[in-house]
Amino acid sequence: MEIPYTVKPRPDTGLYNGKLGMWLFLASEVMLFGALFSSYVLLRVNAQDWPRGADLLNVPLATGNTILLITSSMTMVMAWAALKMNDFGKFRKMLGITIALGIAFLILKGFEYNDKFSHDLYPATSTFYAIYFTLTGLHVIHLLGGILVCAWHALFGKSFWEKHPEQFTNRIEVTGLYWHFIDLVWLVMFPILYLT
Amino acid sequence: MSLKAFHLVFIAISTIMAVGFGGWCIAQFFTQDGGAGYIVSGILSALAGAGLVVYGIRFARKWKDVSFI
Repeated sequence: MEIPYTVKPRPDTGLYNGKLGMWLFLASEVMLFGALFSSYVLLRVNAQDWPRGADLLNVPLATGNTILLITSSMTMVMAWAALKMNDFGKFRKMLGITIALGIAFLILKGFEYNDKFSHDLYPATSTFYAIYFTLTGLHVIHLLGGILVCAWHALFGKSFWEKHPEQFTNRIEVTGLYWHFIDLVWLVMFPILYLT
Repeated sequence: MSLKAFHLVFIAISTIMAVGFGGWCIAQFFTQDGGAGYIVSGILSALAGAGLVVYGIRFARKWKDVSFI
């Protein structure tokens, strides 16, 4: 039995099912991160004394991470574009760069965490560090998930691409939507946690 | 919303972010007694913002045949 609307849009939604499913998932993610950002705001406005993020956190490292993620969103789109032009080799190359940029982000984040732990700074240290580790940790888990999905497509996607090229292209589009969402979360997190 | 549309939204937000970060760096230089590195970072960030605008326009033109939905 063939699964319907994996390539053609459903007449009632105007979207193929995978894309609608991804947007519904991202809506739930907005609620998850939104709740945590709300918690941050409430904790901050009710605190008698709140530290300035730039005094406690490594802004240059976080700026480097921001550049990495913005660049990775570009290579992700290029990977999708390569599939639309039937160039699987270029797709693999672009997705490989996206994965490498994601891993570079995790490495820099690892340095940042290591620096905090080496100075005995843990989530239990203060409310600021509790929300910092919660938000950035959750973001790291999401990014790790994105890297794994991208790696799966890059390593094992060729046979599926050969059999169902349009469906595979759509899978990469929804993966790209997820990747962009994770990057967008970081773009919100960076000024809120590090600069204010 | 397609990946094309989401990418354009993302680039627009990245541009605001780059310009905002540039402004933050300049403010640090004047208000927090920051070093010259802040001025350099501010200028580079503003330039990155301009680069993102150019990229966004070129991307939109190149992908004009792909749906926003």
